[in-house]
This record gives sequence, C-alpha cells and structure tokens, in this order.
Amino acid sequence: MSQPASASTDSSRGYLASSGKGPALFEWIFSTDHKRIGLLYLWCITTFFLMGVVLGLLIRLELIAPGPTIMNAQTYNAVFTLHGVIMIFLFIVPGIPAIFGNLFMPIQIGANDVAFPRLNLLSWWCYIIGALTAVTALFSGGGPPDTGWTFYVPFSTMTQSNVSMATVAVFILGFSSILTGINFVVTVHRLRTKGMTWRRLPLFVWALYATAWIQVLATPILGITVLLVFLERFVGVGLFDAAKGGDPVMYQHLFWIYSHPAVYIMILPGMGVISEVLPVFARKRVFGYWAIAMSGLAIAGAGSLVWGHHMFASGMSDMAVLVFSFLTFIVAIPSAIKVFNWVATLYKGSITLAPPMLFSLAFIILFSIGGLQGLLLGAAATDIHVHDTYFVVSHFHFVMFGGTGFGFFAALHYWFPKMFGRMYNATAATTAWVFMVSGFLVLYLSMAVVGLQGMPRRYYDYLPEFTNLNVSATVGSWILGAGLALMFANLLVGLFRGGPAPANPWKAATLEWTLSSPLPAENFEEEVEVTEGPYEFHEVKPS
Amino acid sequence: MSTPEPKDAFGAKFGMWLFLFTELILFSGLFILYAVYLAKYPKEFASAGQQLSVPFGAVNTLVLLTSSLFVAMATTSIQRGQKKLTEWLLAGTAFSAVIFMVNKYFEWSAKFHHGIYPDAPGLKELPQGEQIFYGLYFATTGLHGLHVLIGLALFLYVWGTVRSEKVHAEDYGLLENSGLYWHLVDLIWIFIFPLYYLVL
Repeated sequence: MSQPASASTDSSRGYLASSGKGPALFEWIFSTDHKRIGLLYLWCITTFFLMGVVLGLLIRLELIAPGPTIMNAQTYNAVFTLHGVIMIFLFIVPGIPAIFGNLFMPIQIGANDVAFPRLNLLSWWCYIIGALTAVTALFSGGGPPDTGWTFYVPFSTMTQSNVSMATVAVFILGFSSILTGINFVVTVHRLRTKGMTWRRLPLFVWALYATAWIQVLATPILGITVLLVFLERFVGVGLFDAAKGGDPVMYQHLFWIYSHPAVYIMILPGMGVISEVLPVFARKRVFGYWAIAMSGLAIAGAGSLVWGHHMFASGMSDMAVLVFSFLTFIVAIPSAIKVFNWVATLYKGSITLAPPMLFSLAFIILFSIGGLQGLLLGAAATDIHVHDTYFVVSHFHFVMFGGTGFGFFAALHYWFPKMFGRMYNATAATTAWVFMVSGFLVLYLSMAVVGLQGMPRRYYDYLPEFTNLNVSATVGSWILGAGLALMFANLLVGLFRGGPAPANPWKAATLEWTLSSPLPAENFEEEVEVTEGPYEFHEVKPS
Repeated sequence: MSTPEPKDAFGAKFGMWLFLFTELILFSGLFILYAVYLAKYPKEFASAGQQLSVPFGAVNTLVLLTSSLFVAMATTSIQRGQKKLTEWLLAGTAFSAVIFMVNKYFEWSAKFHHGIYPDAPGLKELPQGEQIFYGLYFATTGLHGLHVLIGLALFLYVWGTVRSEKVHAEDYGLLENSGLYWHLVDLIWIFIFPLYYLVL
C-alpha cells in the first residue's frame, strides 16, 4: 500500500505540530481541539485495551487445566471482574465514538469543531478521573472488586472488596459518556455545513448520532443504579436488600435497562465504521443508504426494550419472559438489515482487500455468528439451558470483540494515514489479521461448544471432561494475542518510520479525505459546500 | 486551534435540554422503584406516608415555586437590561434554595430524632414495606436536595457573572439555561411532594 506522497501531504505535521508555547503536555491535555482530544482518547483507550487483553490472557492461562494453575480463586475473581470493567467501561463503550467520532465526525459534516469544545475536554477529564478511580480501586480498600462487571446485589453490597470505589468510577465514566453524547447530538443538528443534508450524512455520522441518543437516554439509569449500590454499602438504605423489604431482582432490572442498550452503544459505532469502509473498498455506492441509517435508529429504539432477556433465569413472570423474548427477536431484524445491505454493497463491487477492508469483512462474519448465537439466547427455552454458561461468554465476545473490536481495528487501519500522516505496512497488517481471525475462531468457538456441554462461566475450576476444549481455547487466545501484538507493533512502526501518507490513499469521498494528512490544525479555512452524497466515487460510471 | 465560532444560543439551549432529560431519567430510576414497591406494599406505604409532615413539604413546595418565579423574572429582566433587578432576583433564588435546605434539615432531623434513618436499629422493627418507604424517601429527597445545593452554587456563580457583566442583555444564555435547570429541580419536587406526602 505504499503510494507516493502527494503534494497535499502536510510536512508541517498539521494538528500534531507543537506551537512551542508552554509545556508540550499541556498543549494536549488542556486542548479543546476535537482532533487532539480524539488522539488523547486513542492513547488512553488503547492502553486500557492492552491491559484488558493481558488480563484476558491470564484468565485463559488459568483455565488451561482444572484446579489451581497460576493464581488462587480470589485473584481469579478479581481478574475477570477487572477484565470486564476495563473492557466494557474503558474500552468498548467510549472506544470508537470518543476516538474516531471526535477526530472525524465534525470534519465529516464540514464543521470546525464539536458544538461544545470545552465540554468535550471535560468529557476526557471525566474519562481519565474515572479510569484512575477504577485503577485505584484495585490497590485500595479491601482489595480489587470481585463481583464481575455487573455488580449484582446482594454480593456487591456485602463483599469486602473495594466495590464502592469501582461504582464511583463507573458513575464518573457515565458522566463522560453522557457529555460526549449530548455534544454529538447537538453537533450533528447544529453544525452541518452548507449542503450537508440529512441524506448526505456519512453513515458513520448516522451511527454516532444513534449511539449518542442511547448514551443520553440510557446512561443516567446506570448512574442511579450504581449510586444506590454505593448508598447501600455506606448507609444501608436497603432498596435492594430482601431483609429490609427490597427486591434484588429490581437491581437487575435497573442495571440492564442501561446495560442492554449499552451493548448497542458499543456496537453501533462499529457498524458505522463498516458502513464507511465497505463502499470505499468496493468502489460502489453503499447499498440501501436509508435502510442502514434508519436501522441504526431502530436498533437504538428497540434495543431499549429488551433488557429482560438477561433475566430469564432470575425469576420473572412467564408473561414478561414471553414479551422480552419476542422483543429480542425484533431487534435482530434491523441488525440483519444492515448485514444484508453490506453484503449487497459488495455485490459486483470492485473489491480491494486492503487491511481496513479485511477487518470489516471479519466484522461481518464474526458479528453474524454472534448475532445468531444471540437468537439462541433470546429464545427463552434454549436460554434456560445455556444461561450462565460459556456459550454466553462466547456470544458476547463474538458480537463485542468480533464486532466492535474488529470495527475498531478497521477504523484504526482506515484512518491511520489521516491521523498521523504516515502509512503502515499492509503485508504485516494482513498477516496480523490472519492470526487474529484464526485465533479468535479457535478461542471463542471452543467456548461456545464447551458452554453447550454445560460448563458454567466465571468458574475457577471445572470438570476434567471440559479440559480439551479449554486447552484449545487457551491456545486460540495465544494465536489471537500474537496477532494483536503484531498488529500494534506494525502500527507503532508505521507511526514512527512509516512513509508519508497521501491525502486520500483509499480514494474515499467523505470530507476528511479532502484535507491534508495528517489533518491540518484548522479543519476548513473557509466554509465548504457539499453538493453530493458521501459515496459518489467519480471513476465509477453511474449504472 | 480553530477560530471561535459565533455563539450558538439555540445549540446551547438544545444541549441543556438534553442534559435535563438525563437528569429526569436519573430520578426515574427512583420513581420506578417507588412504583414497584408501592404495588407490592400499598398498606405499609400508606401508613408510613402518614408520618411525613405535610406542612414541611408544603412550605418547601411554595419556596421552590417562588424561586422558580424569581428565575423566570430574572430571565426577562436581564433581556430588558435591568441589571440591578436581575441581581436581586437571582439573590432571591439562591436565598430560596437556602431556605429549602434549612427546612429540609429540620425535617430530616425530626425523622432522625424519632429513630428513622437508613439502617437505624429502630427502623428494622417496622414492617418491611415501611422500611422500603423510608429508604426511598431518604434516597429520593437526598438526591433532590443535592440538586438544590448544586443549584445554589450555580446561582451564586450566575449572580457573579451578571454583576461583572459577563452575562448581559445580548448574551444571557448562561442565566436562561441555569433557569431551565432550576425549573427541572422544581418540577421533580412537584412530583416528589404528592407521591410521598399527599397521595398515600
């Protein structure tokens, strides 16, 4: 993928260049420039992602054989809780919107910044303070939290480990998420440039817009829920305590009223990235623009009504189970609409298998497998059989890692030249992709099978008959880990030694590619006027 | 860095409204719990609800409604360029917030005095439904009180910006949006008051 640098490549390093006034660090951590804030998020979030990966590898290593292997049971509980908390709240939820949304959404709509730049900086500070609080929770109080990322009562209100501080961290991170959501909704409404009508909005922006609405409407419920856990631990207010007349199941309801929509906060931006990458590398206008844009909103709406499917085994009325199960099947429809439209976009396209495209294709396949697993879980009868087994863990990783994770990698490879003005080695990226996809399948398909056989999740120990599949899962985790290491090493080499990137290496048609690489400090010197949609590739004759 | 855009007052208000939605939803978690537990323990809720002091609640309702009026008037007076009047009205709003909190302090103290506070030994003797009622009462009015305190700090700040003429007749978005926040705090109380003090 080595192309000659064009005249438009910015040798002055654009927005990355220091102004030379004051400490260089301050120019970043107090910058209200959406591009710099995006890069701040990139470094922080990637760091936490790597921490989460290491914890995940440790979990797999512990489970390579029955009985104690490398850690004791209490440590194991803490490790899987941390893996969950870090991956969910510090990586997947903020990941794509905070990094790529901040960097590119304003540019894609022709704006010079988000609607509230200072609020945007505050979001980042909330993220950092929340993340540091979460890390502090590990080393203070009664030891690292051991409840799992779901903080289920009554255990979370009784355990001696430092759950209180972890809930405070989640509360602050929620603030960060809400503020970003508000900012993005207002930005999309108010700052579209001349000619950037709703029907010309890039699908990535549509996806972020739908996501932002869920962030605004669902996150406060998580806020009040963790606040009540906190109050329970400190003053014993008793709202979830059966001894005081409270109902622990109500905790689960409140938790999932947020946390189910939250999985759409996690997946929608990934879908947005895919909708951006596929047409560019198929050299074809996206198929079903409105269907993709609207199905995102449909997912956001319908996804808010299905939380009960996490609780089929928790004690709900049969009627509630039936309704939640039915609604769960409804959500599958807009998701499937997206998948069919992506595949139709590829049909008769002129496909280039560059790294962003490969990650996007992996997304479609892995996400589809995960989505179909989700239907097994959404059907109440099969759910009773596989509830709380490794099948659920497999499903969640297929949609979240295979979906959002690979969407994140696709975005990273797609926008890397625009962010840093340099190219990475495409062969190394492709090799990493091969390792990651094959390791991924070995790891999570093993989990799916061992789950169907009945191995419960979160257990420290297991019966000897599950050994073979656990070994293969652990081996898969090594292959996946090697792929990840290669991918990040390759990107780092590209960052420091890569050849200069042209302004538009992929011949994409959205606005960010009309600017220099790396992006200039000032997005648009003068107001741009948009006259056509985001997927009009001019070398392609209209059919 | 990008050039400063012209101020988008509509955008700022739009953002504020979105934030108000998040506040409503934050409280809605507690209202959901209220609904569920009321359905489960109607009798106990009724008998515990009788114990709350209607005069205390009514006075606070009046205080908050009046303060909302002050803010609304302040928003109008700043647009007319009446700086002094705006300052007085904002001071009146902040003062109302103080009265509300003092009143709340006496109300809570009386409850504590009767051995009713979260995790109190005496409370555990009561029927479960009443324990839950008081748990909800303290959580909800506590969270609301926290919002009143935030509002108090906010209005002291807005008062300062009016004095220093950072907020003036041409640019009063901060005052108006703070007023929106205050109306929300008021509105939530308008639901808390009947649900906890009157209907039971």
